[in-house]
Amino acid sequence: MTDVTQSVPGLYDGVASSIAVVVLLLEFLMLRAAMLRAQVRLYAVQSFAVSLLAVAVAYGRDVPELYVLAALSFLLKAVAVPAVLLRLMRNADAEIAGSGVLGVASEVLVSIVVAGVGFFLVGQLGIESDVLPSAALSLSVAVVLVAFVLMIMRRDVVSQAVGFFSLENGVSLASLVVAAGMPLILEVAFLFDLLVAVVVFGVLMRLHHARTQSLSTEMLTRLRG
Amino acid sequence: MTTALVLLVIVPLAATVACVWLPLRAAQAATLASGLVSLGLVLTLLWAPGQSVEAGWLMVDPLSLVFLLAVGFLYPAVAAYSIGYLADEANAAAAAGPQAQADFERYARRFSLGLNAFAWAMLCAPAVNGLALLWVAIEVTTVISALLVAIDATDGATEAAWKYVLIASSGLGIGLLATVFMYYAGAQVLGQSYDLAFAPLLQHAAQLPATPVRLAFVLAVLGFGTKVGLFPVHTWLPDAHSEAPSPVSALLSGALLVVSFYAILRYLQVAQLTLGAQFPHDVLLIFGVASLALAALYLLDQRDLKRLLAYSSVEHMGILAIGVGFGAPMAAAGVLLHVLGHAAAKGYAFMGSGVLVRRFGTKDLHRLRGGLDALRWTGPLLLLAVLALSGMPPFALFRSEFQIVVGGFTTSAWAAAALVGLVVIAFAGLAGSITSVLFRPRVAADDQDEVAAMSRAGSGWMLAPVIAGVVVLIVLGVHPPAVLSDLLARGAAELTGGQ
Repeated sequence: MTDVTQSVPGLYDGVASSIAVVVLLLEFLMLRAAMLRAQVRLYAVQSFAVSLLAVAVAYGRDVPELYVLAALSFLLKAVAVPAVLLRLMRNADAEIAGSGVLGVASEVLVSIVVAGVGFFLVGQLGIESDVLPSAALSLSVAVVLVAFVLMIMRRDVVSQAVGFFSLENGVSLASLVVAAGMPLILEVAFLFDLLVAVVVFGVLMRLHHARTQSLSTEMLTRLRG
Repeated sequence: MTTALVLLVIVPLAATVACVWLPLRAAQAATLASGLVSLGLVLTLLWAPGQSVEAGWLMVDPLSLVFLLAVGFLYPAVAAYSIGYLADEANAAAAAGPQAQADFERYARRFSLGLNAFAWAMLCAPAVNGLALLWVAIEVTTVISALLVAIDATDGATEAAWKYVLIASSGLGIGLLATVFMYYAGAQVLGQSYDLAFAPLLQHAAQLPATPVRLAFVLAVLGFGTKVGLFPVHTWLPDAHSEAPSPVSALLSGALLVVSFYAILRYLQVAQLTLGAQFPHDVLLIFGVASLALAALYLLDQRDLKRLLAYSSVEHMGILAIGVGFGAPMAAAGVLLHVLGHAAAKGYAFMGSGVLVRRFGTKDLHRLRGGLDALRWTGPLLLLAVLALSGMPPFALFRSEFQIVVGGFTTSAWAAAALVGLVVIAFAGLAGSITSVLFRPRVAADDQDEVAAMSRAGSGWMLAPVIAGVVVLIVLGVHPPAVLSDLLARGAAELTGGQ
């Protein structure tokens, strides 16, 4: 691995940071997507971007294991998970996401603040990586935080599930920055876990739809106190 | 010994697979057998010579053995209890016709399958060697238990399961972030290709860079704390515990919460070597006191029997966090005893309350009256469970809380004082509610809610594990066996950095 201490970012750093920015922008697009299908597609594109970044790291920093990881995560997160979600929604006729707790504009404003705070706080920590520019780490934390906003603000099961899956994308991004050398078997175990989680989310969403005839979570207020 | 360790993760898995094909009765027998064998294997490990037993990806040392004991005790208890629990529904289904019977068969099969898989995942979590595998195992427990919470498919169960899986999975997403940062910290010293195994990480903990470890520890407390039920990320807990079938509630509360707590302890071990004890202990004290305070207040005014017990779990998890936060070896030994005592007491309180809820057909405390008259055996046993949970002598939780408080006054007097005060409030809430259920006579207006007759066949199966729980609580409280005291002392030494 080469030492990256020059002050002017090279091509590799530029490409890597751009992809990380795209991942964050896609998260914002998910936040304002009104159609559930569009949201799932945005998630697929985001997963594709994360896989692309893994390929970039594998090529630029010569970590061949990451090719395997990139291929697996592309197949699982950009193809299989969206396919499962879209199939699930074919049976449910709800098309438009339930209105959020706030309006779209306020949601985006809140997210910008949250993402900004996360971005600069992580920048302050001074965690350096020799694989990717540390801006990518700050961006990944911003993705995680915006994913939380998405899950909290949206009131339908599809958006909440997509929020969780995209949170996982943010964590994957972070792990590319600081843990690119993690043994492949562990990374595969993480992906397998995600697969199990997707299946369970799917089962519970189906159950929820069967009980309430909708994908909205607005009536999930029985249990409190 | 390595054979015992390997069998421990194979036997429940084999039982899970067997439940796919076996007829219902055989599946239940297999579940019970697998539970008893697992308990036997854990007890065998208790006599293992040396500090740890290792086999490939598996590793058991005194600290993890304590948590294996908690799971290993509850697994056969719940397996036996669910035979009685399901026998009751089988009778109802048989009366309702062949369609209902077929539905019940499917339900019972799924139930046994889920129970074994859940126990398997919970036995794996403390047995694996490394923070990454630990995360994987805990995530598996989440998704399996979410399905078990939803298994009744009522409105409440669906809602609880959705909230549970979403909140706990997001929490574990944070836990994964903690794992990644800990990997980064370790990679600075151990090189890129290492697998987060405990021993090398602990060995080099003093040289790790401070900032990533600090970040990883806080994220771990927040992330895994979601599953432990620490304030403010406890919100799924009362819902899931109250809506799940009672045998599942017993496992959720007695075993699952502490297994996640075990993950926090592993991060603590590294963090206190890297950062010194002050910072991690303060974090745990703050989370612990906040959880305990919240739970104590909710316990004071609670109408739902199972939610009452769920908030009592939040209370006890708060006590565990505080006890570890004290950092005194005596308090740490108390915490480990508390893990075992809580598993037995909460497990059997949920099982006992399950009988009560079945009989009366409601969880509402105001309608559950005259429990002592209606339930000649379970009533008094439930009362004992509540006394045990409130930390009364001669039960185990009295001994452990006493150790925690005494240890606490040597290191952090304000937190120890807060602990005592809040535990008293929680006691008032818990004991007040349950005694009113058991002792107040049923009022005339309630008489039309007939107390459902229980099948005689099932009740023996439901009673036996409850009695086992009482026996364990008394033994642990009066005079823990020497081998166990030794284990707790060694575990506590591990936890406090071998001082």
